[in-house]
Amino acid sequence: MLEIAVKGNRNYWMWIIFLLIVIGIGKIAYLDQFFNGLMITGMSRDVSWGFYIANFTFLVGVAAGGVMVVIPYYLHDYEKFHRITILGEFLAVASLVMCLLFIIVDLGQPVRMLNVLLYPSPKSMLFYDMLVLNGYLFLNIVIGWKVLEAERNQVKPPAWTKPLIYLSIPFAIGIHTVTAYLYCGLPGRGFWLTAILAPRFLASAFAAGPAFLIILCYIIRKFTKFDPGWEAMQTLSKIVCYAVIANLFFFLCEVFVVYYSGIPGHKTHLQYLLFGYHGYNALVPWMWSGFILMAVGAVFLVIPKLRTNYILLPVACAMVFIGAWIDKGLGMISGGFVPSPLHHVTEYAPTGQEIVITLGVYATGFLVLTILYKLATQVKEEVGG
Amino acid sequence: MMEKSRRCFLKVAGIAAIGLGAAPAMNFAASDSHGSAAAEKAKSPDALHAERWGMAIIVKKLNDKIAKQITHACHTQHNVPDFTHEVDTQAFPNTRAVNHKQEIKWIWKEKFHYAFPDKEDEFLNEKFHHLPFMVTCNHCKNAPCVQACPTQATFKREDGIVVMDYHRCIGCRFCMAACPYGSRSFNFRDPRPFIAETDPDFPTRSKGVVEKCNLCAERLAKGEQPHCVEASEGAIVVGDLEDPESDVRKLLKEHYSIRRKQSLGTEPSVYYIV
Repeated sequence: MLEIAVKGNRNYWMWIIFLLIVIGIGKIAYLDQFFNGLMITGMSRDVSWGFYIANFTFLVGVAAGGVMVVIPYYLHDYEKFHRITILGEFLAVASLVMCLLFIIVDLGQPVRMLNVLLYPSPKSMLFYDMLVLNGYLFLNIVIGWKVLEAERNQVKPPAWTKPLIYLSIPFAIGIHTVTAYLYCGLPGRGFWLTAILAPRFLASAFAAGPAFLIILCYIIRKFTKFDPGWEAMQTLSKIVCYAVIANLFFFLCEVFVVYYSGIPGHKTHLQYLLFGYHGYNALVPWMWSGFILMAVGAVFLVIPKLRTNYILLPVACAMVFIGAWIDKGLGMISGGFVPSPLHHVTEYAPTGQEIVITLGVYATGFLVLTILYKLATQVKEEVGG
Repeated sequence: MMEKSRRCFLKVAGIAAIGLGAAPAMNFAASDSHGSAAAEKAKSPDALHAERWGMAIIVKKLNDKIAKQITHACHTQHNVPDFTHEVDTQAFPNTRAVNHKQEIKWIWKEKFHYAFPDKEDEFLNEKFHHLPFMVTCNHCKNAPCVQACPTQATFKREDGIVVMDYHRCIGCRFCMAACPYGSRSFNFRDPRPFIAETDPDFPTRSKGVVEKCNLCAERLAKGEQPHCVEASEGAIVVGDLEDPESDVRKLLKEHYSIRRKQSLGTEPSVYYIV
């Protein structure tokens, strides 16, 4: 099936070459980090995780969001999703590739990475995160590939894929739950120490993942002859709508608890993000833009007339996607570290080189995504959807 | 767990060595690198023991000069880099500019409201504003960093000291997120250009690993008191928390003491007598 990926038109190759260039530049930037250490990042003693882990967390969500097409199709026989299920699964694969790369570029000693397997530590949440992330990646590759291959040969997918598909559902929930547990089980970090963190992560994941999938459907419609189906996109947009509303609701619950109880150890972080703390307010405009984007996106999606508007729908989805990225990417990680456990304020901003490496990882993910989507759309075109 | 597996390994290795009659060969190989490995493995008869090591800091005996002495003694003898140190450009050419926010510290002074942010008080006794509170790793009974570490590079010894294996650490910094006391530092860069004089008795670290206070485990093993205790002019006492007759326990019996963020349940082993 892979031979499909090496046959493409000019646009396809231009895009691939563009991605390869970005990957190359990212790689050079990474080599410098590899030899000189994470000193090239904006991270510090007080803010010891930054842009890499933030993007990792966000993309775990995008990966988990794929399950929002799997559940309706496989559990509820929602036929309209037949065409896009594979897109959800392959989006999960590409996102997980990026997640794992972000973890690797964040390590101080990446060559010792396999120590996690050599000395398995079941008390550490990272151990479980490694298990579920790799498990979910493996499941999606196998399922996506086998189902697509069967479709190409116009036969039924092998029966053994069914249990794997069912297994992938708890895994999808699992990757984001365990990723939230990385943060919310730490006693000294008031911002993360909240039981709503995992549900909130899931809500924003189920908003950001399908929102991105809708945008991808637009791109597919524009560049291929395969039509994912307007009705499927409409159903997806309803999922995005309810998920982003749930995310905002969970956030407001958090705001209420934090401000009404007024416990300083919990309040200072939110105060820093939303209003600034002791004159430090680098993230304030970001956070407000993030929430406004999500809120406006939700309004667009909840009103049927706007949701069904062909031009407005991708705009609303982009708003939700970017809003969720700011909320979970920028705010969630920095917010936990500022102020520090000793209530010192050290602000964080990624360096240029850190951003270049990040873009390199994203380009790698998009390369995987492009190739997988090329396969999927071509096969679908061949068999006529 | 770490200790156990090491012991198991030694046992198995020992039996194997006897069985094969390879002991002399092994000793020979060992002596080739760093003197006699056998002698290093054996515990010194002078070694200090405790069921659970702990520390008491008598805050009123501290002043800025002593605080400086303590940090200096600990940092120089543990090869902790000092980013204000002028780099020898001949030995380390192309050393890049320093980001002081990426500093490394094991024990340092903080103001009261930073050391005890949950005990901040509008009407705090005046003298507390000026006293230097030395903060370091608390060697918690329930250490969140030990729990978080995905490779057991940070582990708890049977005597309560939380130590690190710098060669196993993958630099994920989960322990730094887990520590409620900000006691851990990460080597964002190679620390060696910033060590004025390398102490050959303690390893230097490489870039990409986390480090922190080890309660001078290497000195306790030789029957010596930790560097901070020696430099503190009586302000820091280290001893066995489980022994009612120990100096630490006697101090705690007689004086009111506080610990950092007690409400979190990590059970710090560092007590502040105020």
